[in-house]
Amino acid sequence: MSLSRRDFLRYSGSAATGAAVGSRAVNLTAVEAAAANLRIKEAQVFPGVCPYCAVGCAQLIYVKDGTIIDIEGDPDTPHTEGALCPKGSSTFQLSMNARRVTKPMYRAPGSATWEEKPLDWMMETIAQRVKATRDATFVETATVADRQVTVNRCEGLAWLGSSVLDNEENYLIAKLARGLGIVNLENSARLCHSATVPALGATFGRGAMTTSLVDVVNADVIMATSNWAECHPVSYRWVMKAKERGAKIIHVDPRFTRTSATADYWVPIRSGTNIVFFGGLISYAIERGKYFHDYVAHYTNAAFLMDPGFKTPADLDGLFSGFDPEKRTYNESTWRYQLDGDGNPRRDLTLRNPNTVFQHLRRHYLRYTPEVVERVCGIPRAKFEEVAEVFCSASGREKTATVSYALQLNQSTNGVQQIRALCILQLILGNIGRPGGGVAALRGHSNVQGATDMGTLYHMLPGYPAMPLQGPHPTLKAYLERITPASGYWVNTPKFVVSQLKAWWGDAATRENDYAYDYLPKREMADAYSHQHFMAGMRDEVVQGFICQGQNPAVDSPNAKMVRSALRNLQWLVVADLFETETAQVWKEPGVDPASCQTEVFFIPAAPAAEKDGSLTNTMRLVQWHRRAVEPLGDSRSDAAFIVDLGMRVKRLYAGSTARRDRPVLDLVWDYKPEGPKQEPDMEVVLREINGFATRDIEAADGRPAYRAGQHIASFAHLMDDGATACGNWIMTGVFPEEGRNLSARRERARADDYLAHEWGFAWPANRRILYNRASADPSGKPWSERKKLLWWDAAAPGQTAETKGRWAGGDVADFGAFIAPDAPPATSGAFKGVGGTDPFFMLAHGKGGLLASVLDGAFPEHYEPFESPATNLLSAVQNNPVAKRWQLGDANPLGTADRYPYVLTTYRLTEHHAAGTSRHVPWLSELFTGHFAEIGVEMAKSLDIANGDMIIVETPRGRIRVRAMVTERIKPFVIDGRTVYQVGIPWHWGWAGATPSARGDITNDLVASLGDPTTFIQESKALLCNVRKGVD
Amino acid sequence: MARQVAMFTDVSLCIGCRACQVACKQWNQLEPEEPEWTGSYQNHAHFTENTYRLVRFIEEPADDKVEMRWHMMSDVCKHCTQAGCLEACPTGAIYRTDYGTVNINQDICNGCRYCISACPFGVVSFNHATGTATKCTFCNDRLHNGLGPACAKACPTQSITFGYRDELEVKAKQRVEELKKAGVSDAQLYGADQGGALGGLNAFFLLLGSPSKYGLPENPRLPQRNVFLDSLYSVGAAVAVGLGAVFAFRSRGEPDKARPTGERA
Repeated sequence: MSLSRRDFLRYSGSAATGAAVGSRAVNLTAVEAAAANLRIKEAQVFPGVCPYCAVGCAQLIYVKDGTIIDIEGDPDTPHTEGALCPKGSSTFQLSMNARRVTKPMYRAPGSATWEEKPLDWMMETIAQRVKATRDATFVETATVADRQVTVNRCEGLAWLGSSVLDNEENYLIAKLARGLGIVNLENSARLCHSATVPALGATFGRGAMTTSLVDVVNADVIMATSNWAECHPVSYRWVMKAKERGAKIIHVDPRFTRTSATADYWVPIRSGTNIVFFGGLISYAIERGKYFHDYVAHYTNAAFLMDPGFKTPADLDGLFSGFDPEKRTYNESTWRYQLDGDGNPRRDLTLRNPNTVFQHLRRHYLRYTPEVVERVCGIPRAKFEEVAEVFCSASGREKTATVSYALQLNQSTNGVQQIRALCILQLILGNIGRPGGGVAALRGHSNVQGATDMGTLYHMLPGYPAMPLQGPHPTLKAYLERITPASGYWVNTPKFVVSQLKAWWGDAATRENDYAYDYLPKREMADAYSHQHFMAGMRDEVVQGFICQGQNPAVDSPNAKMVRSALRNLQWLVVADLFETETAQVWKEPGVDPASCQTEVFFIPAAPAAEKDGSLTNTMRLVQWHRRAVEPLGDSRSDAAFIVDLGMRVKRLYAGSTARRDRPVLDLVWDYKPEGPKQEPDMEVVLREINGFATRDIEAADGRPAYRAGQHIASFAHLMDDGATACGNWIMTGVFPEEGRNLSARRERARADDYLAHEWGFAWPANRRILYNRASADPSGKPWSERKKLLWWDAAAPGQTAETKGRWAGGDVADFGAFIAPDAPPATSGAFKGVGGTDPFFMLAHGKGGLLASVLDGAFPEHYEPFESPATNLLSAVQNNPVAKRWQLGDANPLGTADRYPYVLTTYRLTEHHAAGTSRHVPWLSELFTGHFAEIGVEMAKSLDIANGDMIIVETPRGRIRVRAMVTERIKPFVIDGRTVYQVGIPWHWGWAGATPSARGDITNDLVASLGDPTTFIQESKALLCNVRKGVD
Repeated sequence: MARQVAMFTDVSLCIGCRACQVACKQWNQLEPEEPEWTGSYQNHAHFTENTYRLVRFIEEPADDKVEMRWHMMSDVCKHCTQAGCLEACPTGAIYRTDYGTVNINQDICNGCRYCISACPFGVVSFNHATGTATKCTFCNDRLHNGLGPACAKACPTQSITFGYRDELEVKAKQRVEELKKAGVSDAQLYGADQGGALGGLNAFFLLLGSPSKYGLPENPRLPQRNVFLDSLYSVGAAVAVGLGAVFAFRSRGEPDKARPTGERA
């Protein structure tokens, strides 16, 4: 799509339309004589979206003579107002870059060089490799409890989708990979934000940020537990605006960063001890009566009575009831509510009964005193109490606080619980679902949220149903029975699952064959197939072929040196990327003899966002469409073109097969209409399938309109479990409600009466901008206060039918049954079964926010020390998370102790670089830092005779790296239980394949161990131990 | 002349992200440069021929009274009302635009570099590729087409704002008052007053503390002003020498009665 001149004027923000271009509108008189000098004046302009982080800054791409000449922010964007950070500002150089690979390249086993090959040969060869490996490693059936179960699983292939690829591309990957039987399917969300999903999911109902970035401006207090200003600079606009309006900013971080510099309070915290700090705040709020009693009593599970057998670490010295020391797992039989005669939890709304969740919570966190916070976290008690008072003041009817978090909480052996602790804090203060409240789960890549939603993750299908396991889920019936709860919105699970099976296998999915449920691969067990699992699988040569798109595991994997050596064990490797990444070059890593690596490597040149159509879902669930501004450079192509082409070729290779095991491939619906000079598929066809359509004519019934066969489905409420609807991902339904209306492509500015900007893109679910917004009103349906009003029950408004009255109204789409009255009792049937009028968290079975929730490592977050720690756990006798994962990799995964590795090491990223190094191929970004460095404090440097700028060695038992020391006042030692502990901070962007000397350096993740959170297997890269010495030997 | 425009850079809102630095490079298509070690996040150490916006990073350690601060200051050409570079330029390449900004006409510049030493802020650099002097143009092409400078547009936190000078000045003064009320006692403006130093800077700043903390001269003055004074001395000296000579010659005309040889000295 190109734009008219009028659009150009609008998009260029020129005076003609009065749009704000700088940070304020200035009605400059255009000087006509000079007009021709503006190089973008006669250019075509296309809507783009920044491909870096998940703020999702909308861009304008200016094109002249088929070439991109300028990329800048779109001033109409509600959540950015046209701003871009340095990465976004350099987007031009992702397209216009001499380092872009534009020819397919092949590296034969043992060869020391790449050779250029025709794209057709490459694609055909890759398809053959995929088929050969699939055929060699396919498991068709397994015996489970003496029963043959069809598992259709291929363990020899692994595929990394990517959180920088579009929604449609991730969807296609998920569909093709599952069609091939691939279980080793991941994207980089696993390594950055995987703990987010179960944490937010178990606490609130959905694994996504609860609010809109724009709404941060309404907060009275903002507590950033992420390095917000550095990692999500454009969204920090709203923090600074809130500050200008009088909000207090608290920054919790081991280091004094660019966020700390703008905050009112900096709270230095030892890495890995966040639960102690949050637990201290929870206890402070409860003991001093700062919590929001009415909100807690009515909207959380605080009032529910627990089984008398339920015990917490306060009772059992660090463990919950049900711990099995042999298996190192919990039996959760006591982690349950007392039920009344109707099967509903018994409640005590006074919250005084000692068996209430609230009293358990209170007792659990009584141990987290200010003194303990000081001794464990290193936060001086006075500082803690000052900050606790400020933060906990943002509670009650009149005030709210927003919190942010990112990887400091995620990347830990108890990452899920660290996030849960922060969520519990927000729940007891009544800060969820209300203006200026919420949990800002700040995602790192442009489409981490979308890639997660689309299910390029080993454990789930698109839209979050679990990936089936061979034991509990041998049949569709067993699967649906197991994963469908008795109440809460997930009672609709069968509609979502069956519609997805119809989208994937079309006419081959029938009622008679359980909608081709057998075609879905079945996992052997839960403890398998994650990123770290399949890297270990390559090491053991179980995984033989690997497709890697838009990710650089040679740099971003924990224990990266081990991973690179594992990659060299592969039979074949496909890398699709813009640049030659370290992963693509793993056979010629410095110090490695290429002849020793027998891996066949295929490099497919990919296209950046500016060269393809598609949608990206930003951190606030906002789906934004971007257009292909120019054709992909040279022989490069979109990842979608690669996937669609691969799928067609593999299907051709299987054509004629009569084997049952090949039916999932042959029956996979795969018609995406590649067209144009580059055979690019039509991405709106993919989006339509994700959105859903009727597979046959459907009559109106149950409040559902009639649909003609093929018609787009307008709402997930209209999906059916009898095969009448096909839908790739139910949470996205409504994004493309009718032909020609792709709502993600909308770009209407925020109106004065709609600050949440509902006509800019589309936010799942159903364009709701603040989740759980039913909680912005009190139980009776009135706003808690005028100041914090968002949604209310309008009793006089027309109701669902002509005979009824009343509906939810206000400044957002109700994230609730629009016609469920505040006094409605729990529904006994239907789509909202079990949901009553005061159940804002209606995705959960009981509709209440989960202060207590069943997570593999505990019902409440409990502090355990990181696996490498300078301290003994002061809270209990249990030093580390007793159910965390530690990979057994022979001598490749040793852990260090404080006697040999005395310094706390934390890793992080910088504003100017991105993740595993796309920015290192962008010269305008690579020039902003001199090279790889470690930040150390002045005292520590002095003790080691290290001067600012000296080269140093940083070492853990897994690896060692050479970096420059940046000696700074910003890194302070901690006093931990009376002892001084020094810390070292190291950004992790570098690798050997950068554009310039400043963009090349050692790989930080070589230092990180192979450890995992028990629920999501995310690694522990925020809190490690290391040694440091001066020199370069 | 059209109404004077300006840029206002508010250090209290800056997060040091360097979007301005890169947005400038992108719009003006400036070459990347290999960085040098500066001891901090800052790169480069100075303005260069390809770096017109430069974020300076200044650590201020804690002491007994104040907590640690980390200042980030996005520096740029000040487009001075009394512009040393413009006054020093012998070819007329440096000129004032309709909007009151100061620009270098690259077609006329002869690369003499007088402007480089004439700038009190070290803004002007010599471009070795073109053999001319270069600096921030205030995105002259954008400005003359109704668009603001690229740096101000990109700035995530609106630390850099663009607008009419008189309006920005009012806004800047209000902002200082707000900050002072909020307890930021060292908030102060730099170059905001028209009629102040150098007649007022058209890229002016809100600083937290003294200008020297940010590497800015406390009282910027034009070298030419010194040259002028120096030249007065020179003229005076010359006059004295000349007069001396005149007197000397004159004296030659008279017999030196002291000379033993008398007549032909």
